[in-house]
Amino acid sequence: MGSRTRALRVSAGVMAAVVLAVLVVPLAVPLDEQAVDLGAKLLPPGAAHPFGTDEVGRDLLLRCVYGLRVSLLVGVVAALVATVVGTAAGALAGAFGGWPDRLLMRLVDLFSAVPHLLLGIFVVALFRPGIWPVVASVAVTHWLSTARVVRAEVLSLRSRPYIDAAVSGGASRWRVTVRHLLPAVLPQAGLAAVLMVPHAIWHESALSFLGLGLPTHRASLGNMVNSARGSLLAGDWWPTLFPGLFIIVPTLALAGLAGAWRARLNPRHRSELTL
Amino acid sequence: MNRKALPWGPMARMAGRRLLAAVPLLAVVTFGVFALAAASPFDPAKAYAGSAGLGARRDVLDQLRANLGADEPFVTRWWDWLGAALTGDLGESTALRQPVSHVIGERVGWSVLLCGVAFVVAVSVGTVLGVLAARRRGGWLDRAVTGLAYTLEAAPPFWLGLLAVWFFSVELGVLPAGGLTDTGADVATAGQVASHLVLPAAVLAATQLPWFVLYVRQGVGDALAEDPVRGARARGLRERTVLLGHALRSGLLPVLTLIGSRVPELITGALLVETVFSWPGIASATVEAATKVDFPLLAALTVLATAAVLVGNLLADLLYGLVDPRIGFDG
Repeated sequence: MGSRTRALRVSAGVMAAVVLAVLVVPLAVPLDEQAVDLGAKLLPPGAAHPFGTDEVGRDLLLRCVYGLRVSLLVGVVAALVATVVGTAAGALAGAFGGWPDRLLMRLVDLFSAVPHLLLGIFVVALFRPGIWPVVASVAVTHWLSTARVVRAEVLSLRSRPYIDAAVSGGASRWRVTVRHLLPAVLPQAGLAAVLMVPHAIWHESALSFLGLGLPTHRASLGNMVNSARGSLLAGDWWPTLFPGLFIIVPTLALAGLAGAWRARLNPRHRSELTL
Repeated sequence: MNRKALPWGPMARMAGRRLLAAVPLLAVVTFGVFALAAASPFDPAKAYAGSAGLGARRDVLDQLRANLGADEPFVTRWWDWLGAALTGDLGESTALRQPVSHVIGERVGWSVLLCGVAFVVAVSVGTVLGVLAARRRGGWLDRAVTGLAYTLEAAPPFWLGLLAVWFFSVELGVLPAGGLTDTGADVATAGQVASHLVLPAAVLAATQLPWFVLYVRQGVGDALAEDPVRGARARGLRERTVLLGHALRSGLLPVLTLIGSRVPELITGALLVETVFSWPGIASATVEAATKVDFPLLAALTVLATAAVLVGNLLADLLYGLVDPRIGFDG
């Protein structure tokens, strides 16, 4: 038990630090992350610049924090949109059954047959540039798992006595769904949303790395890795290394938190596979 | 598995049913692709004209649009495309100025080579690490392997690839940074291809590794706690025999059967790894097609990837039915 609580504490601590950093640093630190200083370009990590500087002399620590801010914001918004779509589809399919269920589940099968990143690339390629195509690209590829989980949950809830009681009390199908079924599946949907944030960040950073994601003036961590490719081939590793670490650390912390939450929600779920 | 003949009949029937189901599914996917393109601000005439289209007059663009058939409703265009595709004509790639079927034929082999090698490496290394981790749950080796697996799972593949390029090509200079052959070489010799394959295959394998490690660890760990293993230990069999002969056998089978369902993740990894290493496969062509909004190529490759996923799913279900006869081949 000890190692599990410790892992939870570490995850929570890291996540708190991450959220605090992306919220407070832009307000409290007077430095400009876009400030170009060609005299200080590609400095290795040192006392003045803990992460070094990039190819036009911008401080990488500051740029990473701002990049994480963009990635986290896009990731959270995209995960929320995907969860709302998935929850609505899953609840509808589960509560109504019949042809809406069959139609929605065929749609889920259809979308899962196309590889995620490929479908995502297709969407952003046609609708770019901008933030909303990226959000849409994540939502289109990530609502499936939530829809499946919520549908299964609704199906198991439908046979409970309190639903029977509501139906015999004269509640309409719509009312039963909105007042009795949806609130009961919200914890599972919330867990799905938290688990999805790292995936959304991953997806966004991959798109941005390919040059199809966020516009470069709103550099996310993926944009930063992409623009550092030239320096990397010249042997300067730090503009590539640090943005990647800024993707990995919050991902692991979020997975740790979500794993603990899942253990509480489904105590009999034995698998430790959280990602 | 016992040595009875394989149930070819039921397996063939399952494959046939899936094939029949795949035809409408692929048709719907292509329909969705055309509908999405029609709903987007993407203009095929401007894409075809390239930078010359920026200053072109409206009537010139309209003429071009009519020539390309882009002024018709998307359902008509979809139907025409589908008809042509069935005869093997997938259209012309606007970015590469080649027939799409030519692009695919030239590149698909390299992608299969890369993905195949990476997959074999991931399965074998993943099995070894998973068994090592499962042997003593909670031990230092287990924690190291699991930690590595989660970190690899969280690490973006393109970032791993770039760091590999930096370390092995730029710093050590032992392996080439990308491409298929050395610059200036006209023909691809086996030795050159092999040395260019090492880094991308290793990185792609590393991105697929966590899943195998964690599932083998789970499967073998669970099997170690079950009766057959306890019985084998009680008979006094050596630890090695128990681990490899009993626990690994029953723990690995469910993992092996799921291999087919890993095709989407493999394609996702290949999209990024091929781009980082300029590997001339279809995944890097997909990214190129997307960047230049090369719709004919993008549409064909999306369909191809979907077909690959369906074949993978079929493979997984066939293996699953073989390994566990209770499941059967009814799906």
